[in-house]
Amino acid sequence: MELSKVSQLIKGNIVHESDAAPRLEFAFSSDLMSDVLRFHMEKTILITGLSTVQTLRTAEMSNIECIIFARDKKVTDDMIELAVENNISLITTPLTLFEVSGRLYSNGIKPIF
Amino acid sequence: MQFEYDIQGGDFSSAGKASSDIKKVLKQLNIDPQIVRRIAIALYEAEVNVVAHAYKGVMKVDLDAQKIKIVLEDEGPGIENIERAMQEGFSTASDEVRQMGFGAGMGLPNIKRNTDEMHLSSVLGEGTKLEMMVIF
Repeated sequence: MELSKVSQLIKGNIVHESDAAPRLEFAFSSDLMSDVLRFHMEKTILITGLSTVQTLRTAEMSNIECIIFARDKKVTDDMIELAVENNISLITTPLTLFEVSGRLYSNGIKPIF
Repeated sequence: MQFEYDIQGGDFSSAGKASSDIKKVLKQLNIDPQIVRRIAIALYEAEVNVVAHAYKGVMKVDLDAQKIKIVLEDEGPGIENIERAMQEGFSTASDEVRQMGFGAGMGLPNIKRNTDEMHLSSVLGEGTKLEMMVIF
């Protein structure tokens, strides 16, 4: 799925669109970065309520291509800088983690396992 | 190729910089992306451990055509019981660390899973040494 479609489905606001034009197939919802680091994350969206620089670092190490910040979490300039550097797209949305997950799942985004 | 980084305990804004640097080097060397991912995750978990638990530490990376060797040595409280620290779910992390999305007791087992060799040693009240190796 293309980034614009993902964003549209969750009433999102694209904060940064990576030049790499991600084709997103999977998603993983978590506020626990330790959990994110345990799994293969190719072509994967991370849906989270944790908005810190470490969220971006975790995505970078795991090859995550897109992060959705639920519940209108603020994205700082430091985070955008890391997103640009590492080709990670960022979307914010007022929806909850639960609703974001539900909308993407019912539109064909798959769990990572 | 050798690299060395200082890591500051408690400095969460910089945690991951060293791992990020090494990941970029490995990508430039055209190493298999799945191996790069394993190394990056092990490095990052180890770097976050130093930031979360120690006062300060050093990460030394030694890279050749066949393998990468990484040593992280820190000055800190040390680990009381290494066997227990290696168990999934065991953690002594602070609330601050947990708020950052870590401290669930999964870091060390995850390092073990992503490396070909891992050795952890510690002197209580002095510090901890983590050695790991991944073969390309």
